[in-house]
Amino acid sequence: MCTASEFHPVSLTPEDVQKLCALARLEIGPDEVGDLSAKLSDIVRLVGELQAQNTDGVVPMAHPLDQAQRLRADVVTETDGSSRYQANAPLVDQALYLVPKVIE
Amino acid sequence: MSAAMSWEIVIGLEIHTQLATASKIFSGASTAYGAPPNSQACLVDLGYPGALPVLNEQAVLMAIKFGLATHCKIAPRSVFARKNYFYPDLPKGYQISQYELPIVQSGHIDIFTENGELKTIGITRAHLEEDAGKSLHEKFERYSGIDLNRAGTPLLEIVSEPDLRSAAEAGAYMRKIHELVRYLGISDGNMQEGSFRCDANVSVRRRGDTVLGTRAELKNLNSFRFVEKAIEIEAERQIELLEDGGTVIQETRLYDADRNETRPMRTKEEANDYRYFPDPDLLPVVIEPAVVESIRASLPELPDAKRTRFMEQYALSAYDADVLTSSAGLAEYFEAAVTHAKQAPPKLIANWVQGKVIAALNEDGLEIGESKVGPADLGALTDKIADETLSGKLANEVFEALRAGSGTVDAIIAQRGLQQITDQGEIEKLVRGVIAEHPAQAQQFRDGNAKVLGFFVGKVMQASQGKANPQQVNALLRSLLTG
Amino acid sequence: MHEQTLTELSQALAQNRVSSRELTAHYLQRIEKFDTTLNSFITVTGESALAQADAADARRARGEATPLTGIPIAHKDIFCTAGVKTSCGSRMLDNFISPYDATVVARLKEAGVVMLGKTNMDEFAMGSSNETSYYGPVRNPWKHDCVPGGSSGGSAAAVTAGLCSAATGTDTGGSIRQPAALTGLTGLKPTYGRVSRYGMIAFASSLDQAGTLTRSAADAALLLQAIAGFDDHDSTALDDPVPDYGAALHTPWKKLRIGVPKNFFDDGLDADNAAAVRASLEVFAKLGATIKPIQLDHVHLSVPVYYVVAPAEASSNLSRFDGVRFGYRAAGVNNLDELYRRTRGEGFGAEVKRRILTGTYVLSTGYYDAYYLQAQKVRQLISEDFRLAFADVDLIAGPTTPTPAFALGQKTGDPIQMYLNDIYTIGANLAGLPAMSIPCGLVGGLPVGLQLVGPHLAEEQLLKAAHHYQQETAWHCQTPEAYA
Repeated sequence: MCTASEFHPVSLTPEDVQKLCALARLEIGPDEVGDLSAKLSDIVRLVGELQAQNTDGVVPMAHPLDQAQRLRADVVTETDGSSRYQANAPLVDQALYLVPKVIE
Repeated sequence: MSAAMSWEIVIGLEIHTQLATASKIFSGASTAYGAPPNSQACLVDLGYPGALPVLNEQAVLMAIKFGLATHCKIAPRSVFARKNYFYPDLPKGYQISQYELPIVQSGHIDIFTENGELKTIGITRAHLEEDAGKSLHEKFERYSGIDLNRAGTPLLEIVSEPDLRSAAEAGAYMRKIHELVRYLGISDGNMQEGSFRCDANVSVRRRGDTVLGTRAELKNLNSFRFVEKAIEIEAERQIELLEDGGTVIQETRLYDADRNETRPMRTKEEANDYRYFPDPDLLPVVIEPAVVESIRASLPELPDAKRTRFMEQYALSAYDADVLTSSAGLAEYFEAAVTHAKQAPPKLIANWVQGKVIAALNEDGLEIGESKVGPADLGALTDKIADETLSGKLANEVFEALRAGSGTVDAIIAQRGLQQITDQGEIEKLVRGVIAEHPAQAQQFRDGNAKVLGFFVGKVMQASQGKANPQQVNALLRSLLTG
Repeated sequence: MHEQTLTELSQALAQNRVSSRELTAHYLQRIEKFDTTLNSFITVTGESALAQADAADARRARGEATPLTGIPIAHKDIFCTAGVKTSCGSRMLDNFISPYDATVVARLKEAGVVMLGKTNMDEFAMGSSNETSYYGPVRNPWKHDCVPGGSSGGSAAAVTAGLCSAATGTDTGGSIRQPAALTGLTGLKPTYGRVSRYGMIAFASSLDQAGTLTRSAADAALLLQAIAGFDDHDSTALDDPVPDYGAALHTPWKKLRIGVPKNFFDDGLDADNAAAVRASLEVFAKLGATIKPIQLDHVHLSVPVYYVVAPAEASSNLSRFDGVRFGYRAAGVNNLDELYRRTRGEGFGAEVKRRILTGTYVLSTGYYDAYYLQAQKVRQLISEDFRLAFADVDLIAGPTTPTPAFALGQKTGDPIQMYLNDIYTIGANLAGLPAMSIPCGLVGGLPVGLQLVGPHLAEEQLLKAAHHYQQETAWHCQTPEAYA
């Protein structure tokens, strides 16, 4: 595991980009990959500036609010809205959302 | 056999138990089982754009209850994290779970091994997360159908340390956790309905090795039996593989009950990078010590403590205590009956509960809470046995009458004249009459055939419609036959 | 009519000098006349707007009107509006009719506003020029070959051109303030959590905030009053009581200490912009404020922090767009993997894809500590800088943008150049602070914005300062000639 100071990423190869596309489920055409790796490399270099900053002992900030999670009472408040919600669905049959068959 | 002795099986179990809340962990939709598809999936559950999660208080309380019951540390601050992956039953493309800061950590629970020894099994952590929906693959030819009713149901994922060393131990641990969550009232533990699910991480190593072998994760284990069988067959597979010079691959495998074998899972996330990060839509869950203490004070008596108390307080055997505490409802019934009884010893009541009461429930297909014979009635009935108003056989008749709703114990006894005959004079009359009718057998007894006493007892009971007090009958027969 | 502020229109309605129907019809006519050029609206809801106007007039006749009843506004197309297309500027939601209203929409509806339509925006709020929209770029009413800013470019252009009296927007890294600066409007981003995010399509959840684009601070106060406050549908919403923002405008001017970060006036800042901003600070000084230089030690890292955190959160927030339950679905897919890859490949534009990939990268195993965790730590440092600064000053002031509006197409080839537009605005989002941009000059015929940032929940102080400035100056009254 690299620490922040040991880390010097400079650029993303087209292979790196393909791996990211697979993780993010994004189809990218072969003509797009080159431009994408170049632009992503620029971005990675930009954010690489963060490495120079010493952050020893600093607590990462996940929220700007210093608050605790509010708890909701365990009560059923929703009724069946499926007819309204499924009006937006691309493919529905017998009230089920359909996707190409998955084999487990 | 020598192969088995040179290998050690190491098992860790991950149990997902659905928490018995009325609404979902992050939305107000119902969690009720069996609703029409997608009728209980609201905007939040469907991952609609703009929808946001709000945390169910009861899920938090239930998780804390579990943690306290298993001697865990309750995190004063815990965080929800997103586990990112794509699958059709996961509407947002991420599951809200807990990663670095789970709500409960570092506890343990005791089990009995096959040898009857007590063993402590470590619980690494238990955390809250949301359940995914269901995929139906058989309904359509070219499609899988997705039902998101289950999406968002609260789950408590309980992770054990890899302390288990056999399929039997794994089964014992699983049963213990199952009993506990039901006792605590946090889950109905219904494996058929999917509210209690188990994955097993199984690896093997040479006995004496300290390093863990490569493990396989077994999924789709939806009964206690399957868990044990799957673990056994997987351990066998790994040992065979290694003895043949192969290596075990870290993978997810499904258990096929029909063929009794495990096979690798084809889809789902194999080498997946879940990219966990704290969920920015949810704030840290802060739990004050005062809240933990009030939950601790509200905890019901737990199974182990109850078992010990039953043995001590009611002079019951371990076996009896085990059966009577196997569910909170049964234990409650038993103690209510004991409370109502004025004379009947607890042991007598225990026999009746374990015997007639449970048999009747099984026949009628009822739960203990629905028993047609209530604890007060059982207490009254066993009192009548204890004070010798009723003989054993007639008590059965009264029990059946109670079961049919024929009234109270006293009323039934009076109506049917089932009162035991204890008047010495009356019994003597009956005994003399029976002896007179059977001179040959009387002679046999005098000649030394002790067994023929039973014949006479039977005849006296017949003559008295089963009401004569058996002890008195016995005593009088002996004295009159010999005298 | 369209030159009037919302406040003035509200008074006109109250005094029955004009009806909501007249107002609404007037704006709808202007939309028809001008919007082919500007492209500020994605959906115009003409019929329902007129119906809402009639209902508002009837409500007024019953004596039940609020100051916002009958006022025609527009909503950024990032807010879910029940029964109305909500596209978020994307092909992915081109066919999406929302089944529910965002809280912001519902609260304004309850107050009786008239919704004229949904405004154009950068796709999924990712952009600073409104050039990434699936529906085409928006033009700046001041100069048609210039951008209006983004991502709330449509809202900004519509208000500036007098196509509506005000509009809602969202601000994640500057998406309200920057377009406000480039179009001469008052843009308000409240404290994080002050306004509910329920129904606001998420980009970066810990940074997103709903706000307003208006012609004046007084207008902003009116709208904020209606939308601010606790919402039990949003775990991140604050339950602090909502003060009377209108009253705050008029309470006497107390001594005001304004801090000006030295590092903001660097080489990146256009000289004319700098001059306009300095001149505005002199106005504040004249009004009795003390101006003092301050140092924000880590604020130069705002852009790198933002371009780790925002894409990371976005990459996860946008995973729900998969062609299964709503939105675009690629045709002719043979298996699940294809369904996902092609739906998302075809449904999302280039900038969105870049940010999803950036986000995926910075969260991946092996990179999480170096990027995401490090960024959240630097974010803490930046927030601390602001907190320390606010111990000595009441407000922080400076330029909103480094330059005035740039030409369409000028920066689209270089994402980094585009990202640097937000250099002054991002800090407030990272720290969750309330901030405004108000017009403070014109440079080469293009507006310049002054940014004011306050500590948490300081909307009253911000609005008051802006209001007083607007009593002293007339920059906020300027409108482009073509739209007068």
